[in-house]
Amino acid sequence: MAGQSQYWRVLTEPLIRQNPVTLQILGICSALAVTTTLATALTMSVSLTVVLTLAAGLISTIRRHIPETIRLIVQIVIVASLVIVIDQILQAYFAEISRALSVYVGLITTNCLVLGRTEAYARHHTPLPAMVDAFGNGLGYSLVLIIIGGLRELFGKGELFGQEVLPLAEAGGWFTPLSLMLLAPSAFFLLGLLVWAVRVWRPDQAEAREHVPPGEMEAAE
Amino acid sequence: MTDLWGLFLSAAFVDNMPLILFLGLCTFLALSKRTEAALGLGVAMTGVLGITVPLNHLIYSAVLAPGAWAWAGMPELDLSYLALIAFIGVIAAAVQVLEMILDRFFPQVHAAFGVFLPLLTVQCAILAGSLFMVERSYTLAESAVFGLGSGVGFAVAVVLLGAIRSRLAYADLPAGLRGLGIAFILAGLMSLGFASFAQMAATS
Repeated sequence: MAGQSQYWRVLTEPLIRQNPVTLQILGICSALAVTTTLATALTMSVSLTVVLTLAAGLISTIRRHIPETIRLIVQIVIVASLVIVIDQILQAYFAEISRALSVYVGLITTNCLVLGRTEAYARHHTPLPAMVDAFGNGLGYSLVLIIIGGLRELFGKGELFGQEVLPLAEAGGWFTPLSLMLLAPSAFFLLGLLVWAVRVWRPDQAEAREHVPPGEMEAAE
Repeated sequence: MTDLWGLFLSAAFVDNMPLILFLGLCTFLALSKRTEAALGLGVAMTGVLGITVPLNHLIYSAVLAPGAWAWAGMPELDLSYLALIAFIGVIAAAVQVLEMILDRFFPQVHAAFGVFLPLLTVQCAILAGSLFMVERSYTLAESAVFGLGSGVGFAVAVVLLGAIRSRLAYADLPAGLRGLGIAFILAGLMSLGFASFAQMAATS
């Protein structure tokens, strides 16, 4: 069926080829801040995907009734209301993780990914494709978060989800934790290397050179 | 007095917004290709943070905080869950007013960094400034100092990164690392440098 394969394409496109984090530079702040452990990364991914999908659906449903001039305010208010709901749910049922995420759940409101998708896609499409696109982008974002969160927890503490995976040297094993992995710089390095890896795999994503050395210019002629 | 100065320094360097707390990274990376643009962004950030954090503090303590309506006979009323929407509204309005004032009275300044102002409404660092203010329960003076300090820290970091990146435009990098990739690695190295401020704060 043509319709189904089209939705499939909209859903899978943002996973790697149009990944919101590594290619579109959207939503990076939270992607780095919450990835010290896999559990917080996963919570953040789920929260963001839920907010993004619901916001896209809502905005797409009322897209003909939003006046053009105040659309940003309307979108922000819708997103902020959804985020408040998620935040209250997290505080009620996952108090520990909610404390670990600190202000970053609230910051989903200003996550450029959410506004970027509602502004670029949901505003011009019917609810179903808009939600599929939002869900796909949420998954692409989650993929990056889970990879980085997993790597940082595995090498920083030798654990995954708080379960010991690599036996620690202190407890008679062989693994010495890299405490750098739990600090801010490692998140930047890992994401930089991840971007590099993706672009080596898919060279069409590499950015054009700003300045061509004179030697190569002559060779090209 | 020394406490406030300490808070300013710690907001600017120890808890540097983009490099240590990962806030405002989207604009941090997108607008740091040239030093001039980076400087404009830094100044705009400092101004907006310095205004919105104390403003939100006033609104939070007067309207939203638990018990703020005690004088009206409603001591149990707790509106703090509305903080997010209120802060976003205040930030959007403050940015709009600031832009109009600059346009009217300081056209040159407005032309220099006016393009960045509307962007700042949806900047996570600005909103985070207000949210941290609530979480750490600062007083009015502290929140003003905290806002200014964070803004200055952001400005320093973004100008430094802009300077390095404008140099690197001429470097022969591997194709996959050009642009975003190298920007992350640079930010990581700068973050290592700023992490040493935390050591200084811990030992002093």
